[in-house]
Amino acid sequence: MTDFKMTRRKALGMALATAGAMMTSPAWAEVDFSGKTIEWIIPFSAGGGSDTWARFNAPLLSKYLPGQPTVVVVNEPGGGSTKGANLFAVRAKPDGLTLLGTSGSTQFPYLLGDPRVKYEYKDWKIAMAAPTGGVVYTSPSTGVETVADLAKLKDQKLTYASQGATSLDLVPLLGFKLMGLDVQHVFGFKGRGDGRLAFERGETNIDYQTSSAYIKNVLPLVEAGQAVPLFSWGVLDEAGNIVRDPNFPDIPSFPEAYEMLTGMAPEGDDYDAFVAFFIAGFPAQKMAILPKDTPDDIVAAFNVAFETMKQDPEYLANKQAVLGSYEQVTGGKAEGLFEMGTTISPQNRKNVVDMLGAHYGVKLGE
Amino acid sequence: MADTLLAALSALMTFDHLLYMLIGVTVGLVIGVIPGLGGIAGLSLLMPFLYGMDDISALAMLIGLVAVIPTSDTFSSVLMGIPGSSASQATVLDGFPLARQGQAARALSAAFISSMFGGIFGAVVLTGFVVVARPLILMFGSAELFMLALFGLSMVAVLAGRSLAKGLAACAVGLLIGSMGGAPATGEFRMTFGLGYLYDGIPLVVIGLGLFAVPEISDLLRRNASISDRPPLGSGWAKGFRDWYSNIWLSIRCSGMGCMIGAIPGLGGSVVDWIAYGHAVQTCKNPENFGKGDPRGVVAPESANNAMQGGALLPTMLFGIPGSGSMAVFLGGMVLLGMEPGPAMVTTNLDITYSVIWSLALANVMGAGICLLLAIPISRLTQIRFPLLAPFMITLICFAAFQATRDIGDLLALLSLGLLGILMKRFAWPRPAMLIGFVLAPQSETYLYQAVQFYDWSFVTRPGVIIIGLLTLASVIFGIRKRVDDTGHVVSAAKDTDEHEGRWTSRAPQIVFALMIVGLLIVGLKDALDQSFLAAVFPASVAVVGLAMALWLLPELIGGHRGHVSHYDSELDGETVGKAGIGGLWGGALWIGGLVLASALIGFYLAMILFFVAFLHVRARAKPLQTLIMTAAAAGFILLIAKMLSLNFPSGLAQSYLDLPWPFR
Repeated sequence: MTDFKMTRRKALGMALATAGAMMTSPAWAEVDFSGKTIEWIIPFSAGGGSDTWARFNAPLLSKYLPGQPTVVVVNEPGGGSTKGANLFAVRAKPDGLTLLGTSGSTQFPYLLGDPRVKYEYKDWKIAMAAPTGGVVYTSPSTGVETVADLAKLKDQKLTYASQGATSLDLVPLLGFKLMGLDVQHVFGFKGRGDGRLAFERGETNIDYQTSSAYIKNVLPLVEAGQAVPLFSWGVLDEAGNIVRDPNFPDIPSFPEAYEMLTGMAPEGDDYDAFVAFFIAGFPAQKMAILPKDTPDDIVAAFNVAFETMKQDPEYLANKQAVLGSYEQVTGGKAEGLFEMGTTISPQNRKNVVDMLGAHYGVKLGE
Repeated sequence: MADTLLAALSALMTFDHLLYMLIGVTVGLVIGVIPGLGGIAGLSLLMPFLYGMDDISALAMLIGLVAVIPTSDTFSSVLMGIPGSSASQATVLDGFPLARQGQAARALSAAFISSMFGGIFGAVVLTGFVVVARPLILMFGSAELFMLALFGLSMVAVLAGRSLAKGLAACAVGLLIGSMGGAPATGEFRMTFGLGYLYDGIPLVVIGLGLFAVPEISDLLRRNASISDRPPLGSGWAKGFRDWYSNIWLSIRCSGMGCMIGAIPGLGGSVVDWIAYGHAVQTCKNPENFGKGDPRGVVAPESANNAMQGGALLPTMLFGIPGSGSMAVFLGGMVLLGMEPGPAMVTTNLDITYSVIWSLALANVMGAGICLLLAIPISRLTQIRFPLLAPFMITLICFAAFQATRDIGDLLALLSLGLLGILMKRFAWPRPAMLIGFVLAPQSETYLYQAVQFYDWSFVTRPGVIIIGLLTLASVIFGIRKRVDDTGHVVSAAKDTDEHEGRWTSRAPQIVFALMIVGLLIVGLKDALDQSFLAAVFPASVAVVGLAMALWLLPELIGGHRGHVSHYDSELDGETVGKAGIGGLWGGALWIGGLVLASALIGFYLAMILFFVAFLHVRARAKPLQTLIMTAAAAGFILLIAKMLSLNFPSGLAQSYLDLPWPFR
């Protein structure tokens, strides 16, 4: 983890240095997208979270890239995003004219070794990463009134509305298991919003929502006494540790809640496996990716564009609704997240895949 | 509340807002006219313009677009028999026969007036209910949603046609096809046969176009004449209005149903037109004409599908849960505008909510008005010699089909399902029954599994479940009494048709087709048995039911007396038999197959251009200049849409060797 800190700082410094150098040096002129069209491949249908995220960024990217190219969002859905990512891996040329927007749903099959995955993250260059966070809450019918009653959950049967064992809901699945909670995962939900509805109907008694959905839709329930916040998944600090989410300073993070419940800080292989999926699913959930062998000056041009757009009034006006209170990151910070969000030890991968097979009948492809 | 309502209205009634709404409506109408393009395409088109617009104008534009798509999609359903979008599939059953009788303008007018009424009805219901809807929507849990799916399936009874066995077997095949891809409970992949394309199942658009549009196009091509077999009858406006007005109660009932189905998140809007159509047949007096051009068969689904959009706004705005694909994009648009749906939409943001509702009503009036003006000129299309129209339609349905996943697999699936559709039409297997099965398969399976997980089997004693169960039972009973067959004829079960002499030889084709269906069911059963219990139980049960129906049907086909109800072969009994100038059954399919094959080799865009030239020259015998102009027009049109939607055409074998520029790559 200290490695991460060093590389992070170093890389961030380098990125800023290159950015600074490019502002002044003639190298700036070499990357010029004038009159070009950049395709931003989104491997999901229009209207979803990733699509909205890309459509939010696309006009700003167009404004701040050298030469003001047209940036169009191209939806190529299929195979839970593996199809679009596979096509990108085969087709995209390293000229900066094709960008891929991945999500946790693209990272997870890669981490799990899904045979449909024909792409290799390690070949790719990251241009920007957009983090997100989430809060786990429960129903007062469990007898839990505040997070201090967390231990009460241990002796009862909990129900969670899941989108599938290999979906983004793998993070809560691993997290609850790590805590020793007895949670029945009911699959087949279409999204976290669908799951929240099941919670509101009283069909489930534990749920989580991403931060902005939590603030907009669950806080009213908390105020009405119909939901009790437990913990946030947390955010990564400079050293790569999971700490409290600054959006929810009063709610403990997952490691804190774990410690409240067990008396020990979380550690070990199972925790490492959880962390790998957590990072791929939250701090590094959405990534803007450039193809293999993209020259550094093109990557830097994208870095600068994503960095400078943060001051744009349009960005500032709408970022809350799209990104929640999290900042999109570039350069070394993004590279650190990229590295951690796409790496898992073979042993941990095997453990997770075996557990999913044994408990949930998951067969990956074949 | 009344203050907010009026304030919202006056905020909307400025020139700017109305102009933006008109832009939305215009885009929506154009998108709706092109088959296969729905709200998703339209909203993605408008998304880039949302930046910098004020909230009310932007919402008015988005709503304008979403509201009128089910209005204008009626054009292709009525005039060409191609479902304009999944919301207008049922309109084809009666709208198209009306067009063929030269009454296109009448059918369109009735449809547009019904659409407008349904849309306004939806807005009115929304106005009253939006504040109190939250608890009502929360009453529908997984158990109730499962029962609603069953209610939808009960419409098979009324649409099963002469032979109930065929209807139920077709529905079983639909359910089986609908369960392809990942199982909801375990994520196991079913019936993928190692093809990457099938991992997500076959898209609804492809099923709808394959089962309905391809057989219609083939049939029209054989006849070599224009769509309408007689000159247009009068202007049609007044007649259309009377058709709606004399069935106003039907229109109200169907609007109510559409609104409710839209408001319940999870059922999806794709089945609403069939439920409305089935309801019309179940409850109307003298249903003999359904399927032959009964205007009530147009009024019912068109009232329902526009009202549905209003209903679907409820879960979208209140819970942030999109009721349909276009609502998902609308939701994305709201987020881009910095608005987040949630309970605040009926408290602090109530003004926004009401401006959305008012926009909905206004957009429906605008949309229907424009469509009414266009109805008469556009309905002249039915007078054109069909071979000149056919290449446009074939290109259009292929273009529409690959909108689904933008994969060459879409075209192959379209072709396969088209062949199935042609055979089903020939042997009077009810295609609506298969479609309903397909649409409701994921809902039936997912919600049953979830209900059992949440409540155990005791879910059947929940009051909501019992109520919907009784409704379903009533629907089955009414349905059995008034059955409509595939080509729409309402038949009493006892009525026989003539059949040609000879037992085995004349019946062999239909027996072989029934055996093909058996084969399909067996493949599904075998695949299911390789899965774990939770993934297998649904497709296996469905396949067993289907096989039981086939076992009931086969002896009737083989040994039934002459003219038995289950016998039908349009090549023996149909209206084209023995007429002069009728082409072969497979002509249309061969041309479509040629286009698909060429696309697989050289990519869609090049293939489409070649197809146009070949078809117009060889089949339509057009003059060289005419061929050139029509090909250029079509190529330009397709290119324009593709450019606007920033989409890549499916590439073929050649593209993997050659690096061609867009649009050829």
